[in-house]
Parts: sequence; C-alpha cells; structure tokens
Amino acid sequence: MVRVDGGGDGTSLVTVRNLGKTYRRGSEEIHVLQGLNLDVDPGDFVAFMGPSGSGKTTLLNLLGGLDVPTTGSIRVAGDEITSMSAGKLTAWRARHVGFVFQMFNLLPVLTAYQNVELPLLLTRLSRRERREHVETALAVVGLADRMHHYPRELSGGQEQRVAIARAVVTDPTFLLCDEPTGDLDRRSADEVLEMIAQLVSEYRKTVLLVTHDPRAAERAHVLLHLDKGVLVEAQRADLVR
Amino acid sequence: MAIPLIYNVRSIRRRWTSSIVAVLGIAGAVGVFVAMLAMARGFQATLVQSGSPGNALVMRAGASSEMVSAVTLDQERIIESAPGVARHDGQPIVSPEVIVMAPFPLVSTGTDANVQVRGVSARALEVRPTVHMLAGRFLRAGLNELVVGRNAVNTYQGLGLGRTVTFGGGTWTIVGVFDAGGTAFDSEVWADATILDQVYNRPTNIYQSVTIHLTSPAAFQAFKDALIADPRLNVDVQQEQEYYRKQSQALTTLITVLGTIVGAIMGIGAVFGALNTMYSAVAERAREVATMRAIGFGPLSVVVSFMIEAIVIAGIGGILGGLAVLPLNGFTASTLNFQTFSNIAFAFRVTPGLLAGGLLFALFMGLVGGTPPAIRAARRPVSVALREL
Ligand SMILES: Nc1ncnc2c1ncn2[C@@H]1O[C@H](COP(=O)(O)OP(=O)(O)OP(=O)(O)O)[C@@H](O)[C@H]1O
Ligand SMILES: [Mg+2]
Repeated sequence: MVRVDGGGDGTSLVTVRNLGKTYRRGSEEIHVLQGLNLDVDPGDFVAFMGPSGSGKTTLLNLLGGLDVPTTGSIRVAGDEITSMSAGKLTAWRARHVGFVFQMFNLLPVLTAYQNVELPLLLTRLSRRERREHVETALAVVGLADRMHHYPRELSGGQEQRVAIARAVVTDPTFLLCDEPTGDLDRRSADEVLEMIAQLVSEYRKTVLLVTHDPRAAERAHVLLHLDKGVLVEAQRADLVR
Repeated sequence: MAIPLIYNVRSIRRRWTSSIVAVLGIAGAVGVFVAMLAMARGFQATLVQSGSPGNALVMRAGASSEMVSAVTLDQERIIESAPGVARHDGQPIVSPEVIVMAPFPLVSTGTDANVQVRGVSARALEVRPTVHMLAGRFLRAGLNELVVGRNAVNTYQGLGLGRTVTFGGGTWTIVGVFDAGGTAFDSEVWADATILDQVYNRPTNIYQSVTIHLTSPAAFQAFKDALIADPRLNVDVQQEQEYYRKQSQALTTLITVLGTIVGAIMGIGAVFGALNTMYSAVAERAREVATMRAIGFGPLSVVVSFMIEAIVIAGIGGILGGLAVLPLNGFTASTLNFQTFSNIAFAFRVTPGLLAGGLLFALFMGLVGGTPPAIRAARRPVSVALREL
C-alpha cells in the first residue's frame, strides 16, 4: 500500500516523514521539498510526476542516499538512512538500491557484462557466482547474446536494459528510476517499460519511477504528483497484482 | 573489491590524445635524467677502471695530478726497493712515467684537442695487465715511436697504424695500437719516456709519476707506510684506482648535479602535464564517477582508481623514456678531463639500476600529478555530478 498522508504505521518498506530539502544559491533559499510524507510497501510500483524543477530528482536522490535531506527522516527496511555516516550510506546504497538513470550511465569502456558485474564487485561473491548472476540478469532483460558488446554497440533501448540488469543484479531492496525512458524513442521506451513492469509483476520488485511520460505512469500501481514540495495522489491505477 | 583496473586502462586508451601528452612529458624527463646519469656513470667507470687494484701511484707530495708532479730518478730507485713491489726475474715491475699534452685535430670537427702523451718505461704493459696490443707491436726503447690507444686512433686525425706524426719538435712513427679495456688509457698516446724527455728538452732524470705493480692489493699499506716513513722521500702514495676515482669526481659530480637539475625541471613540467591530463580525465568522467559512487563504490576506491590511472600513464612514460635512451648504452663520447685538461673518451652506461631509478622517478611524477585530480574526483558530490552531461 502506498500512502502520502503520513498515516502509515511505520511498518512499510519505505517510510518518509516530514521530508524537507532546501538548496541555497547565494543568499537565496529554494525550498524544493517541504513536509513530504510517503509510505511504500514491498512490491509497490510508484510513479512520480510533476513539472520540471518540482523536485522529483531531488526526492529520488534522497531516497537513494545520494544526498541528505535538510529535515525529516527516511527509513528503509528498518534503517534510518538520514543519520548514517557517508561511509555507511555508501555501503547501504550498494546493498539496497538499484539506480536506473535517464542517460543510462553505462561506463563506455566496459562491456555490457562488465557493466552489470560492477555492483557485484562490492559483494563477497566469487568470480563464478558473479558470472551466474550477471548472466541471469542479462537474460532477464533479454540481452544474454549482447554480453560482450560495448555500450556504443547497443541501441539506446538495449543500453537502458543493460542498465536495468545492472540495477537488479544485486537484488536490491528497491529500484529508483529517474526518467528511464526520457532519452528513448517510443518503441524502445515501451520495451523498457515492459521490462520494468515485468520486474514488478514477475520478480516482485519494488519500483519508484520518475517520469514525464503518461504512458510510463500508466503502468505504475500508484501515480503521485509532486506539487509545492509534497506528494499528492493523482490517480490510482488498477491494483490487481 | 576495487574499481577494475581494466576501466582505467581502457579509459587511458580512449582518451589517448590527452594521455599521450602526459606520457611524453614523463618520458622526456625520465629520458634526460637517465641519459645524464648514464653519462656520469660512464665517465666515472672509464676513469675508475683505469686503475688496477694491485697498483700504486707515487707522485710528489701535494700533487693533484701527474701533470703537476715530479719524481726524481734517485727517488724512483728508493721506491723500487720498497717492500711489496712485485718483481719479475728479480726486476721490479714499475713504470716511471712522464706526461706531456700534444694537440691533435679531432676527426669530428677538425679542431685541435689536447691528447695526453705518456712517456712510459719498457715495463708499462707489465705494470698494467689490462692493457694489451691490438695491432702492431709495443715500443722499442730508444726509438721515436708511438703506440696509440684505440679511442685515440678513432678520435684524432692521422693516428693510424704506420702513420708518421710531428709534435714537440720530433717526428714519430706509430707502431702499434693498444686496447686498455675502455679506460682512460685508451684516449692516450704512449712513447718511450727517455725519448719524450729528449724531444721536449726535459731533464731525463725527472719523472712525473711512478706506477708500481704490488705483490698483492693487500701489500699496499706496508708499501705506503715505508715510503712515507722514508726521510729521503716527500711523496704521496695512493692506490691507482683511488687516483682515477678522484680524477673523475669533479666532472661526475657536475654531470650528476646538472642531470638532476634538468631532470627535476623537466619533471616539474611533466607533473603539470600529468595534472592537466588527469584533471581533464576527471572532469570528462564526472558522471561516470558519480555512477560508480551511486552503485556503492566509496570515495577511496575512486581516489585509488584515478591514482592507478595516473601511475599507469607515468609507468608507460617511464618505460618509453628508458627505452628511448637505452641505445645510448655503450655510445662513446669524449669530454675534457677537468683535472688534466686532456680529452678523454668514455662510453655511456645505461645500467639496470639507472633504468629502475628512472622508472621510480616516473612513478613519483605520476603520484604527484595524479593525487590532486583523484581527490577532486572523489570529493565531488554524487547528486551534483549525476546532473552533469
Ligand atoms: N545542487 C543544487 N543547488 C541548487 N539548486 C538545486 C540543486 N539541485 C537542484 N536544484 C534546484 O532544485 C529544484 C528541483 O530540481 P530537481 O532536479 O529535483 O527537479 P526535477 O523535478 O527533477 O526536474 P526535471 O523534471 O527537470 O528533471 C530546481 O529548481 C533545481 O534548480
Ligand atoms: Mg529530474
């Protein structure tokens, strides 16, 4: 169940309370997020929409431990991440978060295989175990045959699927996708969205997705709007699992 | 586990135009540094090897070189009979010698350079077992003959076997060429001491040095003590090797200091080249770094990764610099011996130790040039860098 009223009992997978983020530009203060609440359960698929500059990326960065909030708390699977040291937060990200970016962010000098293997280098897995995981992840996104291709040898859609494989290969607690289809044509975008939807329906992944694309938003279970620093429920999609 | 090395190696290759700037800067600094030191080593080795371990050199007390020394025939007799002097058929193996400087035109430029002409005794070859005849024969006593060191033959015009030359008012026939194993003697011309004195109108009972072959290197101390204690003598006694080591010192030090200074200046330039290359690498790859940080690599991994990259670049530069000067090994050059103002040929010595030193120098430059950019890469906030293109 997804709630934005702060009324959850705190047993959700993700519990955000009174979250605030203020940027300072010179003497000017920009209050991007103010008193934001959010509860997300395992297996939820949430889409965030909102005008440019409304703070969607900011919210995702805070949820993913890439940035620290000005106020409020974020609990993920029982861990209060806002009070973690930088070092702990880095390790927490490796364990719990899978990121998917608008521009894919694959390392151009590494093959698809090596890109997907990257997060596994931070685990204790053996080389053999890593290979099994990488091959499985690439098979899930349908790119097992492109394993040894470099990003420049792949289409945009394929690149993003490799990035999704990289995000899920460690089996993280949730996936954070910031406009994953923003740089893709319609067809590739649909493939990628299908992929993400499949991760939720078949593999019970928890996905938080920022998008401008209504068709992407349609696929989510819940659609939230970011407006004046808080989230509001815009439209409830079919909750059939 | 750390960010894989392959990431850095391939990144270096991908940005090769920028990498090459740093590589060449470092290669240049290492090359110059190693070449200069190879020159110093070569010069030093040439002179030091000139002395044989079992030989002693006697000169007048206080003389800094043979040129300014004098030893009389009477003194020479006393020296001959000192303890520790090696003998052959009862005869002492010593060579009282005189030195003059004679100008000969250089093959390379045609201009005159000073050649050290050594008037030797009949036992000169016995005293110096490292010297042997390459062609022709040794001097015959009482004749206007010359034997020429193998470097002198190649360095000066007209010193070929069988040729006749005039200097010091005499006419001389070249009857032999000797090989002194790459030592200072190879740049010398030898004549009979008595004839040389006569031609130069010098008294024949005054020598400039006496070189003594001792029964063993261990006999030196007793030999020296005996001469120093003798009230009839006022001489300096030193091991022949020590004499030549001192001869080499001024120039060796000069070249070493120069080499270090020039190497250091070029090194500073190379460090700036490396800084520039690495800063631009860090700037270009801001989003890549941010992505790795997002995935969970720590700031230390990022620092180490970029440092390794700088060190790989520096290592390539160091190896290239070393390879570039490797052909210098054995290359023969000639220079002025500051002590005697005679021209002396020597071979560059590019030793494994020097190459290792050059590589260390390169890695050091990489470390210095790589650290600030690496730290900058690691310090940039991830959320900010992710927004960059
Ligand atoms: N590091 C920063 N310093 C100052 N202001 C910032 C910083 N990062 C973001 N902002 C500002 O915060 C606001 C929210 O930015 P954010 O990127 O979260 O918006 P967004 O909803 O993701 O927009 P878009 O749809 O264009 O991606 C913007 O006004 C932006 O200019
Ligand atoms: Mg955004």
